[in-house]
Amino acid sequence: MLLQIRRYAILLALAFAAWVASSPAAFAVDTRGNVAGRAQHHPQTARFPDQPGNQYAVLGEIEWYFEAESGDAFTLKPYARAELHDGGDTFFDIREAVYLTFGDDWELRAGISKVFWGVTESVHLVDIINQTDFREDIDGEEKLGQPMVQGTLLRDWGTFSVFVLPYFRERVLPDRTDRPGFGLDVDEDAARFESSDAEKHIDGALRYTQTFDDIDLGLSYFNGTAREPRLIPDTNGTALVPFYPLLEQYGVDAQYTTEGWLWKLEAIYREDDIESYGAGAGGFEYTFVGLFETAQDLGVIGEYLYDERGRTATTPFQDDVLIGLRWVLNDEQSTEALFGVITDLDGGGKAVNLEASRRLGESYKLNLDARLFVDTRGDPQLDAFGRDDFVRVELAYYF
Amino acid sequence: MHATPVSRYKNSRLSVCLSALLAALAPYAASAETPEEKGLAIAIEADKRDYGFGDFEAKMTMLLKNKKGDESLRNIRIRTLEVDGDGDKSLSIFDEPADVKGTAFLTYSHSKEPDDQWLYLPALKRVKRISSKNKSGPFMGSEFAYEDIASQEVDKYTYKYLRDEEIDGRSAFVVEQVPTYEHSGYTRRVAWIDQERYVPLQVVFYDRKDAKLKTLSMSGYKQYLDKYWRAEAMYMENHQTGKTTLLSWADYAFRTGLSDADFRKNTLKRAR
Repeated sequence: MLLQIRRYAILLALAFAAWVASSPAAFAVDTRGNVAGRAQHHPQTARFPDQPGNQYAVLGEIEWYFEAESGDAFTLKPYARAELHDGGDTFFDIREAVYLTFGDDWELRAGISKVFWGVTESVHLVDIINQTDFREDIDGEEKLGQPMVQGTLLRDWGTFSVFVLPYFRERVLPDRTDRPGFGLDVDEDAARFESSDAEKHIDGALRYTQTFDDIDLGLSYFNGTAREPRLIPDTNGTALVPFYPLLEQYGVDAQYTTEGWLWKLEAIYREDDIESYGAGAGGFEYTFVGLFETAQDLGVIGEYLYDERGRTATTPFQDDVLIGLRWVLNDEQSTEALFGVITDLDGGGKAVNLEASRRLGESYKLNLDARLFVDTRGDPQLDAFGRDDFVRVELAYYF
Repeated sequence: MHATPVSRYKNSRLSVCLSALLAALAPYAASAETPEEKGLAIAIEADKRDYGFGDFEAKMTMLLKNKKGDESLRNIRIRTLEVDGDGDKSLSIFDEPADVKGTAFLTYSHSKEPDDQWLYLPALKRVKRISSKNKSGPFMGSEFAYEDIASQEVDKYTYKYLRDEEIDGRSAFVVEQVPTYEHSGYTRRVAWIDQERYVPLQVVFYDRKDAKLKTLSMSGYKQYLDKYWRAEAMYMENHQTGKTTLLSWADYAFRTGLSDADFRKNTLKRAR
């Protein structure tokens, strides 16, 4: 897999070099990035041997943005992570290597890129283009670069995009020594695909978005290799083998914004050879502005999460409620915290989540994350992480 | 986000009627005019003088200082498009602090309805529609509230002329302005409007308890396109916390050819 990505990267680098060489005009180069150190502590004894109590990592990314006078641009954004504890891995990815050209009412992107679809806080059901890096974080928000050609029309009647996705990225999953994890290695090299073209199956997607006054609407269709694998124990029972079926996904996401209220809805319908099902998430965020005559804001978040598959769902969030608070201090250091509890209405399991951050000085940022998995016995999917509660502290330097 | 807290009026029917009426009454105005009418007339005149700028781009630096003297810097680029018959469209792109670099903030301001606002978060590639109720909240942790730097429309306030007064060696109208929009953090503002150029020289803000909250002083006015005055420095002092923000403008460029296409939610991803 890495080899394929490298080949793409080399091709893109060559194309980029040719573009630079052929353009007589000067380039504007904009650079930004960050490097971070991270420590993660697990207070409970691990369920599986070889799972450490503490994990450490250094990670960083840098983005170069080369802009021609015409506005055409090439973005290059490598990412690297080195885990420093026993059994830790190093990981390298090209998050972006994409060429952009555009006119008044169209855009074309080609290369490795990233898109985000959706509105809800608790889950990201509709968002399917980019693969998830679950080793970086289990919240599903850390994404791998996806090779694509994306054409977009920007018209009065809406924005319409066509995606051609020529190469598939496997999900990055925890291995035997990772926490939260399954205590088993995931044998990515043995991954199986429904398509005989395996990773080279060409996936496609369509996306339409439009703003109707206070409503922002998105419709999407995806046809290709599932981003979420089914994990099947291998014959020895020592590793999990991912299986990636082909699927079709229809998605809708909408937000109604009024006064202090945000009303949100995401729904998908998925169909593959084995099953077809619907899933949805919806709810609200209400913000109390200027709390107690201070500059602080407090947002209250409520979302309901549903998956038609119920207990057989591949997600623990099949009949769950998120109650959350977003506390924004609006101070010079941009201090803020997001606290949420997702409760399973079925089995009673709870996923507790805290994300807090504060700028230090001009260039540093301190992040504190905590995740607890409580009363997980009635919730088989969540129970795998039942003893993997953790607190994570990260200090990042931005430039 | 147009940063001149002077009201600008657009080509609405009301404005045409009012202008015609004021022109017709002008010779008699001095005696017949009530303080409210005179306050409104000043706002309309200021708005008229700033009408027709088309679009502009500028760089904005904010130097935040707390009571202890700790300093913090913000660098933001602003693009604004004048919209006929409605509030301006504006795009702010954050350059500093580094952790928010690339964040973009798009506003469609309206004179009657609440503004529409979208925030682009580059790390997630996510565009979020956000509630515009948060008018009174601090902008980037500064002493400027969103409502202080938002596009100012005549309809957003009611007016009352108080007196003439000299300030910084210039003659000014002193006008009380009461926000008509919801969720303002102020009961009222008192503005000193330059009688010659119709631009604000000083604004005093009163909080919801009508206690004196902040004073904004504007200086270094320069004229662009032989018509439009813009302040180089806007100094906001919070009397209740002792914090200050010095907002400096640089590199103003008018009529750069911006159009609606530069202010779209769906192209925020490539806003630079």
